[in-house]
Amino acid sequence: MKSLSEIETTVKRASKATGYSWGVSEETGKSIRLLELFSLPGIKHLNEYFNEKNKSKFENLNLIGENNSSSKNPYCPITLGVSFLDQINVLENLKKIEFKNVAYPIIFISFISRSSEIIGKKIYLKMDEKKKILLNLNVNISSNFIEQEFPKLANTIEVNLLENEDNFTDDEWNNLYKLSEETFVEESDSLKEGAAGAGLTDND
Amino acid sequence: MKVELRDPNKIMKLSRLGSFHQSKLSFLRSFLNEFKEWEYKRDLFNLNENGFGEAVYSFKKNKRVYSLVCFANDIKDEERSDRVIATKWDAAFTLHDGVPTKKDIERLKNEVPKQEVGRLSYKELTLSRANKSVRIYNHVVESLSKGQQPDLNLLSKVGYLYRTTAVYGSGKFGLADRFRIKNREEINGPFRLEMMLVYLVRQFTFDQVNHVAYYKNPKKAVKLDDNICKNLGIGNSTGLGMAPFIVNHPTLLNNWVLSREKALKKIREIKDVESQDSDLFIDCVKKSLKNITSWNTDSEYQQKKISSLLMDVEKFLNFIDKDFNFKSEYPFEKIYQWLEENTCEECIEYIVSIMMEPYNDIINPLVKEMSSDEEKYFNIPTYRKVDELRNIIEAKYPNILDINFEEKENNKNFWFISKNKEEPRLADRFEEHGSELEQPLAIARDIKKLYDKLLVSKNSLTIAEFLTSNSELRHVVRRAFIVEKFPYSEIQDNTIGKDLMPIDMLRLKLSFFGALKFDPRSDKWLRICMFQGAPLPNELKSYDEQWVYKTNI
Repeated sequence: MKSLSEIETTVKRASKATGYSWGVSEETGKSIRLLELFSLPGIKHLNEYFNEKNKSKFENLNLIGENNSSSKNPYCPITLGVSFLDQINVLENLKKIEFKNVAYPIIFISFISRSSEIIGKKIYLKMDEKKKILLNLNVNISSNFIEQEFPKLANTIEVNLLENEDNFTDDEWNNLYKLSEETFVEESDSLKEGAAGAGLTDND
Repeated sequence: MKVELRDPNKIMKLSRLGSFHQSKLSFLRSFLNEFKEWEYKRDLFNLNENGFGEAVYSFKKNKRVYSLVCFANDIKDEERSDRVIATKWDAAFTLHDGVPTKKDIERLKNEVPKQEVGRLSYKELTLSRANKSVRIYNHVVESLSKGQQPDLNLLSKVGYLYRTTAVYGSGKFGLADRFRIKNREEINGPFRLEMMLVYLVRQFTFDQVNHVAYYKNPKKAVKLDDNICKNLGIGNSTGLGMAPFIVNHPTLLNNWVLSREKALKKIREIKDVESQDSDLFIDCVKKSLKNITSWNTDSEYQQKKISSLLMDVEKFLNFIDKDFNFKSEYPFEKIYQWLEENTCEECIEYIVSIMMEPYNDIINPLVKEMSSDEEKYFNIPTYRKVDELRNIIEAKYPNILDINFEEKENNKNFWFISKNKEEPRLADRFEEHGSELEQPLAIARDIKKLYDKLLVSKNSLTIAEFLTSNSELRHVVRRAFIVEKFPYSEIQDNTIGKDLMPIDMLRLKLSFFGALKFDPRSDKWLRICMFQGAPLPNELKSYDEQWVYKTNI
């Protein structure tokens, strides 16, 4: 088994050899390491992408907007990923961002996962309508198609930046809280009198 | 009195970093301190009469066990080489996490002797190999088999029976990644497992010579005297592989140097020094003279450094004896100022190291600050502005900005990874091919390039916007934001200039390891000795903490 350290170093060097700058290659190393840590096919897709990059053209998107579409060639997932990571503080203000025609989307997703940690918000992705992915603050990546192959091309990726909200109802919480109260003990009056702050009459 | 931390622009120059010496903060000393209460055991010693076979040594505490698995091999003299291109070694080692099963040992037997071309697993933590100092090894075996102890004069010329030629850890060749073990309290210090490996290898070397001498002459053979063992260490040959490490791990470098600087600051701020502390300090300086006079090297460069060190330490002792009163206020501050005015960099850093000896209360908490969670500082704060980055560079790299990289001599070398052995190398860019594959280790030059770009960029641009058209400078943008928070994270020198002495970079790292007797064999590699004078494993529960200044051979 390859260690994550070997994966990161080799990816960094391979990315540099493919033409990316050292700084971008460092980012790619971190991102692919992350995918492999989560048992997602980072090395496999990076390999395929680099092979294809020799033969085909990919678009670089440096400035991301609300709707991003490449009609001719698919977007390079690394440049797109680094741009997303760099611009996340601005993108955070957009609730929904759409990308059309992205090559090897799993590579792009690894950068979005890291962005989720930077802004401290979960990010929800819909890929070609049916495939759904939740990026949990870079702690894990969950999806509804873990058993299926990741596509080599995403026609559309819809990125939703989720607000930090509970994903349960008030009723559910209150029920649980009530149950937790059963571990509390009713205090006697004499104990109340001696507790911190007791006896003070001012409000300072 | 408040003493300021020393200026990174002075301390992080290579000539100063290349003058650092071991101290109480050094990793091999903090390793001994951490593991002194652990149970040491030789679990297996299955060598044939010539000393070839397997052995296992362990440290155990509660349910945690670390086991050194050793494989001693029969190799021909002509196969023995310290160079990284070697493929066979006298012995190969791995530190296994837990108690190795028979199956583990069989697996490791196939992989460990192959070193870089073998595969280890997440159950192994470090990997190493070592060669005999044939001259010393044979002499010791010969003497012991005749019932005699070896010639101490000969031993003192080398100081060890074996020297390691590489020690690998942190995920190399399939070894466990650091993150798997980072929450273990006992290894909350850099290179602690590497230190454990080297320390246990040292014991293996003693056991092996005793074993071979016994089988050579069972009736007459004696064991190597414990006091002689104690005064032998483990050698190490180190090349350029170490140099990029300190560039590639800026926050870690910062935490090492910052700990040293904080220790010095606190010691200089002590108003009244207890007699027992000043006595211990002076005693260590005096006894350490033996370390200088027994420091053998053929390197003219190092010989000059040693002789000026010896001269200055003697001058310092004379000053202490005749002109200095430890009862005056802030004595260590006065000593430090005197050192800066009267002695060379090698001597200043030598005495700074010894100043730490009396102060466990200052040093021990700092030892715990010497690791780094590097991931935490990896992301670039891209929301910040161009003018902020420019201000950081002006404040943190003032001398670097003065270097003219248009001049050939300032841009002479390049760092690359050798295809043959995947090791870092340095070459002249105007004479050798391959500079287009240069590694990102010319930090000074690239910072200067970044600064020039920033000068012509709009102040209000965010770093994210700046990077969209300056991707080639991304690696140094990251570093500049790191140095803003970590003042000692960057070497404040040109690492590609014609005057670069790469061994200064190696010495910096080795001093933090706790190495002694740096012996440069060229400007690109050196030999050192580790654990010379250190307590033996069965003495760990109670040992003299200043052992490093009390070697007898």
